[in-house]
Amino acid sequence: MAGSSANDAFVAFERVQKSYDGETLVVKDLNLTMPKGEFLTMLGPSGSGKTTCLMMLAGFETATHGEILLDGKPINNIPPHKRGIGMVFQNYALFPHMTVAENLSFPLEVRKIGKSEREEKVRRALDMVQMGKFDGRRPAQLSGGQQQRIALARALVFEPELVLMDEPLGALDKQLRETLQFEITRLAHNLGITTVYVTHDQTEALTMSDRVAVFDDGRIQQLAPPDVLYEQPQNSFVAQFIGENNTMDGVVQEIKGDTCIVKLDGGEVIDAKPVNVSKPGERTRVSIRPERVEFNKDRLKPGAHTLKAEVMEFIYMGDIFRTRLRVAGNDEFIVKTRNAPDQVRLRPGQQIDIGWLPQDCRALDA
Amino acid sequence: MTDGLANQGTGNASNELLLTTVDGKPLKEALIHAEARAKRRAFFLVLPLLLFILITFVAPIGQMLHRSVHNDGFIVTEDFGTGVRTPIMVNLTEWFNENPPGSEIDESAYAALAADMVVLKKERAAGQAGTRINYEISGSRSLFTKTARNADKLAPPYKEAIIAIDPDWENPELWTVMRSASSAYTATFYLAAIDMTRNANGDIEMVNENRQVYVKLFQRTLILSLVITFLTFVLAYPVAHLLATLPLRYSNLLMILVLLPFWTSLLVRTTSWMILLQSQGVLNDAMVGLGILDDENRIQMMYNQAGTVIAMTHILLPFMILPLYSVMRPINPSYVRAARSLGATSWTAFRRIYFPQTVPGIGAGALLVFILAVGYYITPALVGGADGQLISNLIAFHMQKSLNWSLAAALAALLLGGILILYWLYDRLIGIDNLKLG
Amino acid sequence: MKIKTALMATALSGIAFSATAQELTVMSWGGAYTKSQVEAYHKPFTATTGIKINSVDADNLATPIKAQVEAGNVTIDVADVEFSDAVRLCDEGLLEPIDLSMLPAAPDGTPATDDFIEGALQDCAVANIVWSTVFAYNSNSVPTAPTTIADFFDTEKFPGKRGLRKSAKATLEMALMADGVPASEVYSVLDTDEGVDRAFAKLDSIKSDIVWWEAGAQPPQLLADGEVTMSTAYNGRIFNAAIAEKQPLVVVWDGQILDFDLFVVPKGAPNKEAAMQFIAFSTDTQRLADQASWISYGPARKSSGALVGTYSDGVTEMATHMPTAAENLGNALVNNFEFWVDKDAELNERFNAWLAN
Repeated sequence: MAGSSANDAFVAFERVQKSYDGETLVVKDLNLTMPKGEFLTMLGPSGSGKTTCLMMLAGFETATHGEILLDGKPINNIPPHKRGIGMVFQNYALFPHMTVAENLSFPLEVRKIGKSEREEKVRRALDMVQMGKFDGRRPAQLSGGQQQRIALARALVFEPELVLMDEPLGALDKQLRETLQFEITRLAHNLGITTVYVTHDQTEALTMSDRVAVFDDGRIQQLAPPDVLYEQPQNSFVAQFIGENNTMDGVVQEIKGDTCIVKLDGGEVIDAKPVNVSKPGERTRVSIRPERVEFNKDRLKPGAHTLKAEVMEFIYMGDIFRTRLRVAGNDEFIVKTRNAPDQVRLRPGQQIDIGWLPQDCRALDA
Repeated sequence: MTDGLANQGTGNASNELLLTTVDGKPLKEALIHAEARAKRRAFFLVLPLLLFILITFVAPIGQMLHRSVHNDGFIVTEDFGTGVRTPIMVNLTEWFNENPPGSEIDESAYAALAADMVVLKKERAAGQAGTRINYEISGSRSLFTKTARNADKLAPPYKEAIIAIDPDWENPELWTVMRSASSAYTATFYLAAIDMTRNANGDIEMVNENRQVYVKLFQRTLILSLVITFLTFVLAYPVAHLLATLPLRYSNLLMILVLLPFWTSLLVRTTSWMILLQSQGVLNDAMVGLGILDDENRIQMMYNQAGTVIAMTHILLPFMILPLYSVMRPINPSYVRAARSLGATSWTAFRRIYFPQTVPGIGAGALLVFILAVGYYITPALVGGADGQLISNLIAFHMQKSLNWSLAAALAALLLGGILILYWLYDRLIGIDNLKLG
Repeated sequence: MKIKTALMATALSGIAFSATAQELTVMSWGGAYTKSQVEAYHKPFTATTGIKINSVDADNLATPIKAQVEAGNVTIDVADVEFSDAVRLCDEGLLEPIDLSMLPAAPDGTPATDDFIEGALQDCAVANIVWSTVFAYNSNSVPTAPTTIADFFDTEKFPGKRGLRKSAKATLEMALMADGVPASEVYSVLDTDEGVDRAFAKLDSIKSDIVWWEAGAQPPQLLADGEVTMSTAYNGRIFNAAIAEKQPLVVVWDGQILDFDLFVVPKGAPNKEAAMQFIAFSTDTQRLADQASWISYGPARKSSGALVGTYSDGVTEMATHMPTAAENLGNALVNNFEFWVDKDAELNERFNAWLAN
């Protein structure tokens, strides 16, 4: 999926800016290209500009500056109903005065598709989301999950090439959300649809997407496949926002190839991988995933720096153990370990040494 | 099946399934007992309201309906000081009971009448009995008072003696009316309310054409109310939409403007329309001043139907805006967006998605405005002139001027019935659950 | 404890107070008319007897009387009603009979029954004023002054809108007089179907130019606004607008219809004794003459005529503004209450039907 360029892009944002009040920019210089068939998630906190981008793409907002291209053609002046983009809304937006079948039939009717073909397509779309028996119901008679399936079927029934989803699972409970996450990705891939998915739930973003664009402050902070995003965050915002992270502030002491030594503000010295730092003396924030922290000395490289830690709390979570430590004056330092037969269960009050592989600890912007 | 239920505590040997509690009490009884206290409390809480509604709502309407079919002015006289009720026209009533309709009005009838006249004179009730007959036959009141005044001098043969006082006594219609008035319960007022009457033979027929007015006014009321309802809808829809979609700080301001008329007296509002619309009024003056109209051709916008329609549309507008607003406010903009994204033009999205969702508000507003319009009378009385009068103006006339309250009640009951029929129709066509008043 | 006692004492004294100090509720028509009664009757009555008067106004006084008496909850002691209402309410047993012998004689000793104008005394009612329905015009909006009732119906000679009371009464009589029927024959003509047709035919001739009014305050307003050039009106209202408010309104007495307003006591009035006392006091010669200096309605006693003085502005001689003044009675009609009590329903029904068409 990766490896797209502006030339073969199906969707492209070029230097797009958006302001509502003429004073502040909600979207700042957005550049993004998507190849056909990609499942791209826009992830970010509320107010980060992700939904605005989606609405500009759908045609409900106009870009203040810049160009949005669909299949190579600028669409800034094309009204929403002519863009042929399927959309799923957070509140499902199923028409309450119509039955399920009528809801699905609506986009086909406005496209002047004949009755028999309409019925056929509606039936296929309902079967696709396993809702074949519900065609006569009203939206109010369906559960949240069922409504979301219908909303999905409706967005797909007229076979759009691009589907936009605006936090479609936000109102559902965890278990249902997980089932539907799987179904949506399966459908999108099976049908070869290009999908732009907006969410603020990073797990959702990671599990569903081909690529994730992390939004903050009107900009894309990082655009990458989930594994890259998780393992190689480009900056401390992404590191913080995606997954759980332990951070520590300090100053770069020296950089040697792809490792560097950082002196923490408390005086301790650690190994890290320089990502956003270029020369000694720079302030940095180092970031390390809880599951990459080691307290078994045998697993560390010889000569690796270690830190003293005191166990504050041990939480049994079933599949994993979650241990809270006090490290370098920070007692919110988390370590996650797999629940394996040979796994050590730490006790509060225990004094241990911790360390990590230098490439797992990323020295980012301060 | 029984096995399964037995576990739930069926102690009953018969085949009937009776659920019981663990200690053997029937479940239903236990439930009623458990909830009785809460229900009693709830009932006592609503009791004052219930009484209030009974006293202020049910009782007057019941009284009105009763009055529309009941008028004992011809057979009972009441001393309102002492509350003593004395029967009058007893002999004539008896004669009517013994002789079926169409019987010859013979000496025995006149003798009964003469005997009753003596009572009328003694009880000073001739005017009252005459008034009851006068509702239907003009001149009867003085006929009664004149005859009663001479009651003591009447001697057999009574027929001649009475006709000698006034030959009007020979009028067969008079006797038909007295027969119907001799029973306290009568449909006469309902007949009158639809321009009908009974002729001398007791058959129902239309009243003389130059006295037919009620049917025409019912029709006019219906048509004008529909026109007003439609106009309020056309004007209110965009305003309500604006209110529902504007940011709160603007919509609140606009809402105050909408509600402002509620805080001004109806008379003030109606009078200000008069100042604006009369032929020497602001609007006409402005048009003459701008050269749009000649001074001689000022438009008559007041004291006719146009005045009634304009003033009532304005006065009733908030009653349309508010229900519309209350259904529009919660309509999520994403419905229309969804429709647009599904390929609908903005017009199609409005027509097929937005509009149908506002139908409950339209229904509620229309019903509210229509019912209020049907019952309005101050505004038409002030600005309606002759052809802008509605049926309520005649109800008011009979309440206040002619004091024929039975006829007023019959007219009001017909109006109420008409509204209930419309309500029923609405329920059948659109569904009453599809009504959102706010 | 002390406070409680004090409160009790206040409450008790309050009850005692309301039991001794009598109050009388008098209902009338409002505006300048009520004011004239307050000045001429209420104030001197309170000064003489110590009975306070609570003055209330209504538009159609017969309605509250009927409603209150039938419900057995009467709060009105005295009401000022029109003739036909007085008769009708009396017929229906809704009024207390009035003992006419209690009315004071005239200063020269003429008994009240002879001193009052004929018809002014009824079983249940005593007239206080003679008022009249006249027509008036705005002198700014007519080129030449209309002088007869026929001019009112002549829209060719006097173009412009006409104001008329939305009621058969007075309207039909005026139509007939304008059509040439002498005042003395109006009611006998109107008693026939042909006569009624004739009246409506006359009304038809100006129907499209009529602006209908219902409240007495409307005609002076309509005339002053220029909304109509001529209008029928109660003479007192025009007087008030012309003299007190200096509007250019002029009364035409030709074809005037004289009527009484009468005091009645609803059956079961809470202060019946005081009510009768009030009526006797207010309808004596001096009091009736006094009222005439507040409004241009004529006193119902012959003996009051000589005592009528100037208007409260001190300059306007009231005598010529009285409907009963000799020079105003040239072509005047006295309302026939018997006729109207009999024919009210029929003629108003026909009138309403005619209006609606």
